[in-house]
Amino acid sequence: MELFGEGIAWLANPGNWTDPRNGILLRLWEHISLSVTSLLVAALLALPLGLWIGHRGRGGAAVIGIANIGRAVPSVGWLGIVFPITLALFGRDGLGFLPALIALVALAIPPMVTNTYAGLREVDRDLIEAGRGMGMREMQLLRRLEVPAALPVILAGVRISAVQTVATATLASIVGGGTLGEFIVQGIFVRALDRVVGAAILVAGLAILTELIFSLIQRRAVSPGLRGRSALSLAEPGHVGPPVGGSAV
Amino acid sequence: MNENEPFIRFDWIANNVDEIGQRLSEHVLMVVASVLIGFVVSFGLALVARRFPRSYGSILAVTGTIYAIPSLALFVLLIPLTGLSVTTGVVALVLYTLLILFRNIVTALEGVPPDVIEAANGMGYGPAQRFWRVELPIALPIVVAGLRIATVTTIGLVTITTFIGLGGLGYLIINSGTRRFFPTSIYVGVLLCVLLAVLADIGLLWLQRRLTPWAQARQG
Repeated sequence: MELFGEGIAWLANPGNWTDPRNGILLRLWEHISLSVTSLLVAALLALPLGLWIGHRGRGGAAVIGIANIGRAVPSVGWLGIVFPITLALFGRDGLGFLPALIALVALAIPPMVTNTYAGLREVDRDLIEAGRGMGMREMQLLRRLEVPAALPVILAGVRISAVQTVATATLASIVGGGTLGEFIVQGIFVRALDRVVGAAILVAGLAILTELIFSLIQRRAVSPGLRGRSALSLAEPGHVGPPVGGSAV
Repeated sequence: MNENEPFIRFDWIANNVDEIGQRLSEHVLMVVASVLIGFVVSFGLALVARRFPRSYGSILAVTGTIYAIPSLALFVLLIPLTGLSVTTGVVALVLYTLLILFRNIVTALEGVPPDVIEAANGMGYGPAQRFWRVELPIALPIVVAGLRIATVTTIGLVTITTFIGLGGLGYLIINSGTRRFFPTSIYVGVLLCVLLAVLADIGLLWLQRRLTPWAQARQG
């Protein structure tokens, strides 16, 4: 138990934060910038893809199948798969940020694609027919009916990806990507358990904070017209892939 | 890694079949132990939530928060309690299964149609008998769906236990792979993880079909 005390003492030492080469502030910055960049790139790829297959209603099974096999690759596996390739292609530049970014993007895409797709598919077909009857074009249907109705499920996917990205960024240090994981991975190696535990507390806090922020966004995004309706199914849609169970792999 | 290191060296695989098999069996053992214990605990929690419906929200909040903690951090934070041991690995892995399994079991049991319960009551089933012989069988497909997700997730998470000195396929990916710039070991480890996940998923689906023959009969 004293290890917790040592971890907190390590965190409480200002010198550990400001060290320009291996300080907590530097690693925290690496952690956040890597996570944010990865999530943005992944969202730019995953959300349009999910919207497209969700709206068309075709090609979904294939994409979801691939996404589910992607899910079976362990997070650390993505880093391991990517970095020999980037190293072979870019030499020294193929270490650090680049392989970490690619791995995190690959990891963040499946939850967003599957949730966006499932969210759109769950939208009441009558609603869409009504929209068509009112003369809405396809893009209008998507923007004004499908997306608002599916938003909580879509944002649940974003939340899952975000938490997973922040969590996996910790492992980026094994490919030279720095981040708070540096203290854990190197710390275990040299048996400096105070910084291992201290950094683990930080990482856990960061992940829980991410979860809270995105849950809040998700909760606020319920379209006013849908508020109060089926609160249960909106509370935690698709955290593990909707419908409950989905079809993993 | 030197420039000429090929991505796959089949001679290394051939020479290390024993080692690879050893890591694979460590991996499988940790997955089976964690999912089984996780299932028993989640089942207990689900029964608690059924008996005291107001506890559902708090159990979900706690298991959800644990689920958000990065695995490496959770393993490390358990070291002060249980040391660098298999116990630490299994405890963390069990904690991760709780959210998925608990939620699915509760959802599954709630999905049993009320008229089925009425019919069972009418036929003279007591509460316990009704639970085991009517409600649970009907809930089974969703329960197994949860098991499948939990198993696939755990197969991935076991790799991280190599950071706290345990083996499994993570040893091939991280210790003898990434740390030594040796791609062959990485790719063998990842490939076996994916195969294991696919096989476990298919196996559990098969089990579900065997346990609920009436669902197939209805589908024709």
